[in-house]
Amino acid sequence: MASYNTSEFRKGLKVQLDGDPYLMIECNFVKPGKGQALYKCKLRNLLRGTVLDRTYKSGDSIEAADIEEIQAQFLYRQQDQFVFMDNSTYEQYELSKDQVDEAWKYLKEGMVCSMMLFNGSPISVAPPNHVVLKVEYCEPGVRGNTATNVTKPCKVETGAEFPCPAFVEVGDLIKIDSRTGEYIERVKE
Amino acid sequence: MAASPQHGDHLPRASWENLRRRAELLSRVREFFHRRGFLEVETPLLSADTVVDRHLDPFSVSAGGGREPRQLWLQTSPEFCMKRLLAAGATAIYQVTRAFRQGEQGPLHNPEFTMVEWYRTGDTMAEGMQLLSELGEWLLGRGPAQCLSYGEAFQHYVGLDPHTAATAALVEGASLLGVAAPASLATEDRDGWLDLLLAERVQPQLGSPRPVILYDYPASQAALAQVRPGPPPVAERFELYVSGMELANGYHELVDPAVLRQRNAWNNACRQADGKPPLPEESRLLAAMEAGLPSATGVALGFDRVVMLAVGAPRLEEVIAFPFDRA
Repeated sequence: MASYNTSEFRKGLKVQLDGDPYLMIECNFVKPGKGQALYKCKLRNLLRGTVLDRTYKSGDSIEAADIEEIQAQFLYRQQDQFVFMDNSTYEQYELSKDQVDEAWKYLKEGMVCSMMLFNGSPISVAPPNHVVLKVEYCEPGVRGNTATNVTKPCKVETGAEFPCPAFVEVGDLIKIDSRTGEYIERVKE
Repeated sequence: MAASPQHGDHLPRASWENLRRRAELLSRVREFFHRRGFLEVETPLLSADTVVDRHLDPFSVSAGGGREPRQLWLQTSPEFCMKRLLAAGATAIYQVTRAFRQGEQGPLHNPEFTMVEWYRTGDTMAEGMQLLSELGEWLLGRGPAQCLSYGEAFQHYVGLDPHTAATAALVEGASLLGVAAPASLATEDRDGWLDLLLAERVQPQLGSPRPVILYDYPASQAALAQVRPGPPPVAERFELYVSGMELANGYHELVDPAVLRQRNAWNNACRQADGKPPLPEESRLLAAMEAGLPSATGVALGFDRVVMLAVGAPRLEEVIAFPFDRA
């Protein structure tokens, strides 16, 4: 695989260190007027989520990571395996509960998600930013209680719970921000 | 000024307020030198000559279509031409101009930047430092600079004598101080280790609340400065630091062309070892030095960084109308 040299370093670069894929989240160029340049970088391990600091000097290079982002449709869940399909290639991918991480809360059958592949294997998946989910269970709200900021937990079709305003009822369709878990609004069918 | 649409890189990066402050500071620079009897000069940005430095990469420009194309260079500083003026009889000159350095882009760097550079014949290094301190005070209002030798600073913040410690001791010192070194930094690269320790452990401590001028650099880092024999030999080179940021670099200027030729050859050998192309070692500056350069001290100041400090901007690009990415 190709490599990137220090002059190409920038935020967002996908590289490989010790076999693991990393995202360069910061790269600061530091150079004394007459001395050698240093590239002080922060890199996030895309498998583990850990961040490391590395300092490079001019002319150093890092191996590029074979990272591809595809659109994949969630097909179904079978115990702890989540099965997706790339609609353009029909290739199926299985992700474990660990790999799916928090995304399980938003996955509805048929939902098209962004999936990151490293060397052709899936490492993470992200649902769309806003997801509409049906409320399956919640305590009834007290009528007239609309002026205050009170929220109650609402369980949705995926089995996840989200804090929602008191007026939300069972059967309602709610829009949630999948990046934060925040209630946005109720939607019509 | 009229309000303008928010987005799009056709727009300037710097705010109008920053550009106004920048213009005021430019005016103050000119006032400072005018009052002291300096002549403002303008010398070419594009030249057949360039400095030969291990760590500076000039932009090359190809000129002359049709016939044999010539390779010219955008200046990394106006040094060469300004020294040619000194050799021709100038005594106190200054210039506000653009310098260009390939590959230098970051929070404190833009490949094209504004340099204020000045020379005064007869000045010793101490007199040059005094003038630099006065300009710094005039522009930033943080008081006169405190002077500290490179050796003293290293002793204080690193616990080693940079002129006499073995390179292995510098390497060990970096490790003990928890300095993250590039894996590829060769253990014999003494200047590389000195630069690393300076950048990581000394520099951040300098220049708050008052400016600091560091002087008497290691002889190996003399660039175009005189070396005072010692022992230990030290380069008559000095730098101004404010709030951990390097603002200016000055020399009690080297006048011996034979020494400059040696340094050029050495620097090209280092460039080659680093996998970089060599740069032309001959220049009209050398011809001027053969003819005779008067004793002088000169300084180059990064003007954009001065503006950054004056307005409190966190990044250089915030004081430049169109930084490199939207030039």
